Amino acid sequence: MKVKVGAFLGGGLFGVGLAVSGMTQPAKIVGFFDFFGSWDPSLAFVMLGALIVYTPVYRWAVRTWQHPIWAPSFTLPTRRDIDGRLVVGSAVFGIGWGLGGYCPGPAFTSVGAGSKEALTFGAAMLVGVGLYQLFMRAREGRTGGPADRQAAAMIDG
Amino acid sequence: MESFTPIASTIGGVMIGIAAAGLLMFHGRIAGISGIAGGIFRREPGDIAWRAMFLAGLFTAGVVWYYFRPLDYRFEIERSTLALVIAGLAVGIGTQLGSGCTSGHGVCGIGRLSKRSTVATITFMATAAVTVFVINEVLGGAV
Repeated sequence: MKVKVGAFLGGGLFGVGLAVSGMTQPAKIVGFFDFFGSWDPSLAFVMLGALIVYTPVYRWAVRTWQHPIWAPSFTLPTRRDIDGRLVVGSAVFGIGWGLGGYCPGPAFTSVGAGSKEALTFGAAMLVGVGLYQLFMRAREGRTGGPADRQAAAMIDG
Repeated sequence: MESFTPIASTIGGVMIGIAAAGLLMFHGRIAGISGIAGGIFRREPGDIAWRAMFLAGLFTAGVVWYYFRPLDYRFEIERSTLALVIAGLAVGIGTQLGSGCTSGHGVCGIGRLSKRSTVATITFMATAAVTVFVINEVLGGAV
């Protein structure tokens, strides 16, 4: 129960942070990437603000804590290699981000705010996520259990 | 085009950082939105509720915050429905194939000093910039 409430509050704070930072305004996202028009560097400050908090907390918690407060262990990415999937997938994601002006977090929270554009984008995004996951599941023939848990640990974020 | 908002963007970024740090400290998980969403489709028992609740919180934040500051959700770029659908599919498939998005790679991954996430972030920032260049400078700003 407390994990569910905590996750809900965490998502809520994350969502308000996205709105306050300007990440939910596609014009600001496009503005950040518009180096040849009127460049708006705001997005760099969003990442800076988030990293100032996250980086030291991560080092402190993961290095010195036995386990997270409500969980038996940290579930962290284990991969180190740079592979084709990482680069091609990220490249495709960037094209979609520049085209639609939303990345996944802002899309979810903007649907809550009633944005028609976010709803169209978000529905297509969920179809993309679902198709990929179902395809991988079918291809790898997994039925759940330890193998899936191992696969989950390989997701970076 | 929008004006520069360094203070609001930093404050919002700090809030995102606190939320991500909280998920790590309490639940031991990486706050990557695409990873959290993708995990729901893997349907692993016991691993769904926290994901659904985090996304519900994200959605509810939009419902509530819109009441106070509706202009934070302005769209203001010219995109057809077809462009939005193609963009959504690209973000959905791309983030799963590349195992992360702006939050998972750009914040949590770089915060962990991960080489994979740094490469991913540079890659999606670069292709987003090229896409915006083509749309704004070649296609006149509307697609």
